[in-house]
Amino acid sequence: MTPPPKPTSSFPWLILPPAGVLIVLFGVPLLLVLAVSFASRGTYGGVEWALTFANYTSIADPLYLRIFWRSLWLAVATTAICLVMGFPLAYVIARAPKRWQGLLLFLVIIPFWTNFLVRTYAWMFILRTEGLLNQALLSAGLIHEPLNILFTDWAVLIGLVYGYLPFMVLPLYAALERLDRSLVEAAWDLYARPVQVFTKVVLPLSRPGVIAGCVLVFIPSLGAYVTPDLLGGARTMMVGNLIQHQYLVVRDWPFGSALSFVLMAGVLAAVLYYLRAGGARSLT
Amino acid sequence: MFAVLAACSPGGSEQGKAKPVTLHLFTWSDYTEETVVRQFEERFGIKVVTDTFGSNEELLAKLQGGAAGYDVIVPSDYMVSILIKQKLLAELDQAKIPNLAHVYKHLKGLYYDPKNTYSVPYLWGTTGIGYNADLVSPPPDSWQVLWDKRYKGKISLLNDEREVFGMALRAAGESLNAAEPAKLASAKARLMAQKALVKTYTSENYDQLLVSGEVALAHGWSGTIMRAAAERPSIKYVVPKEGGTIWQDNLCVLKTSTHRDEAMMFINFLLEPQVAALITTKVKYASASEEARLLVPKEIAQNPSIYPPETVLSRLEWIKDVGEAIKAYDRAWTELKVK
Amino acid sequence: MKTGRWLIAAGVADLFFLYLPIAILIVFSFNASKLSARWQGFSLQWYAKLFTNQALLAATLNSLAIAVLSTVLAGLLGVLTAVALERRPFRGQAAFEACLLLPIVIPEIMMGVAMLLFFVMIKLPLSLVTMTIAHTVFNFPVVALIVRARLRKLDPRLEEAARDLGATPWIAFKRVTLPLLMPGIVGALLMAFTLSLDDFIISFFTAGVGSTTLPIKVYGMLKSAVTPEVNALSAILVLVSMALVAAATWVQRK
Repeated sequence: MTPPPKPTSSFPWLILPPAGVLIVLFGVPLLLVLAVSFASRGTYGGVEWALTFANYTSIADPLYLRIFWRSLWLAVATTAICLVMGFPLAYVIARAPKRWQGLLLFLVIIPFWTNFLVRTYAWMFILRTEGLLNQALLSAGLIHEPLNILFTDWAVLIGLVYGYLPFMVLPLYAALERLDRSLVEAAWDLYARPVQVFTKVVLPLSRPGVIAGCVLVFIPSLGAYVTPDLLGGARTMMVGNLIQHQYLVVRDWPFGSALSFVLMAGVLAAVLYYLRAGGARSLT
Repeated sequence: MFAVLAACSPGGSEQGKAKPVTLHLFTWSDYTEETVVRQFEERFGIKVVTDTFGSNEELLAKLQGGAAGYDVIVPSDYMVSILIKQKLLAELDQAKIPNLAHVYKHLKGLYYDPKNTYSVPYLWGTTGIGYNADLVSPPPDSWQVLWDKRYKGKISLLNDEREVFGMALRAAGESLNAAEPAKLASAKARLMAQKALVKTYTSENYDQLLVSGEVALAHGWSGTIMRAAAERPSIKYVVPKEGGTIWQDNLCVLKTSTHRDEAMMFINFLLEPQVAALITTKVKYASASEEARLLVPKEIAQNPSIYPPETVLSRLEWIKDVGEAIKAYDRAWTELKVK
Repeated sequence: MKTGRWLIAAGVADLFFLYLPIAILIVFSFNASKLSARWQGFSLQWYAKLFTNQALLAATLNSLAIAVLSTVLAGLLGVLTAVALERRPFRGQAAFEACLLLPIVIPEIMMGVAMLLFFVMIKLPLSLVTMTIAHTVFNFPVVALIVRARLRKLDPRLEEAARDLGATPWIAFKRVTLPLLMPGIVGALLMAFTLSLDDFIISFFTAGVGSTTLPIKVYGMLKSAVTPEVNALSAILVLVSMALVAAATWVQRK
């Protein structure tokens, strides 16, 4: 729509406070664990300082790659479902009368001010064999045998989508609220089919929101470990569990840190690529 | 590791009346009855502030990272041995903890602290099988029931690699702490075969699963199963004949504590028979204090699931820190999960 | 254009999905049973117990204090970051943007460990302060990401026009850009507040003596039992928040 502003030659004062916070309060701690990732595990689980790359070389193990692949698949599915489910809700809120918008936004987020564990327990109650969902489906005559959902990948997906849906809705709303109504109306005249209005006008115009939402859902669902354990029955391991285990159970901080850095590098590269690709298009 | 704040003053007495001492307790949540803590505060004029952790491993990670400020902590047996090796615990003055005399002989001087130099026993329990007698017959007496195809999809196991491998090892007549690759491999093979029968691996809410009937058999801790039994009387607890785990939580003082005397006063207070009895009544785990058993309600004192009889005690084993072998355990556990 | 009927239906279905477990949780807060497994009759005992449970209430207050404070700080830093990145491009911006994503990408437990090692190294005693710092650090990039998505769709010429009319940069920003950014900021702050309120692992590692938060407290209950007092507390939090928001909406209408 508008040409991007050109870099100014004046000193970037504005960025100083956030940059300072990021470098001092995050960069330095990160360097500490980076150093740890090149150390080795002490006999009793402490950190022994010795420069080694062993922690990194032992990551290339089919076992860990399978865990990573599974987590990736679940995170992608979660993000896709959140996008499909979140879009209508964000759109409805953005289209609601101004004075109701705040109320509706709060309505979306307030469930998440309850404690995570009791919320998850409530899902277990809904999904179990004699749970609410099965009873409802049985009495509606839709099924004749209770479905086995709890402690399967389906339950994990439901739990992850539930947990991160607001992370999709909030950025989407922020982008959609700005959507020019006259453009959408013009689109209705032009295309007439809702799908076309959506894909040709609404979606491109809200792209920055879609990107932000997808990043904010994808990353935490990739690292999730409590939901897969409780709702998935811990029958499989996610990359979040794997890292947690290295730090706590195995007490191998160096390997845990190395694993974390490799994961971080991979995710960061993917997200940056996605942001660049999406961002460039959004400016056209 | 990272600079342990070693400086410790004897603390307490010389500060005297100037400023009331505050004692910092780091423990599991709801593990010391609140009224008990208030009694202590009133009697000694010492304030107690409680913070909580969720697992022994979290406690260790935090202390290993250098967190300071806590006085009294409540680690389990194997964690005491690790904390001692990491030089994080202060030596106790047993003269200041006379109630140690009330502690069961078989709970004192254990492998992890042979002279109770660093730790005082607090509460203890066992790992076994909780089952719903309406759904499981005959009553199980062996770990083999967890491999019984009739209960496919009705079994929950603890989500804890040491407990699960320990169970499989004991079922085969081995030690819980076996670290030989061959023994671990055969335990892993049996756990892999069992996986199809297992509904869930969880250390958290199997009491709810038992009560709701979602599972009929749960590998779990005595106290948790007892809570389920209180809700649904058909739920029973058994320690299988091949033997299970015994665990004990302990009271320890951190080396970084600046109020060691008060900390020991507090530890001594928690072991006073009346106080210990109150705590056991509330949390449903057996007190280490022999005297306390005489003061708790009969349904607890006589309950073989809380206070196991001699015959059961003799077939229990402690989970010990296996050192480097933990990596082999974790590897096998990860393979089990990824299968 | 009217919002399509199917869109509204989908939105309502979403809300139903979001509130289903909350309804269950509220129902169980009135359950006589100690385990949320079966309905055992109506009881108010968990509410009565909640109000005498000093530790649980204190943990709730700690959580709220940290969430509010870190949200405000993250809001300031995040908006500043978004504006700087979008309106005042600088050399090395691409590298900075990548670094800005790190606090979002880093596995939680490593962030917790890193923060703990850092605070111990600089000898800053662990406390509510260190927890607030940690929460601010993981929250401000989130705020920046959301606000920036909004800012990107705003026409910079609006602000330039205000400048041409003689407004100082700050006045132009405050009067023109900030109001237009508001929906993004509100969404971002709600998100930051929520992330802070429910964080366990980073809080655990950065918590000092006497600064247990609600999630830390509840995880500590796993060994004994997560009692329905937590359900009661959650129910109160939900209902009070809703009442406050409804009241605010009502006041605005007048």
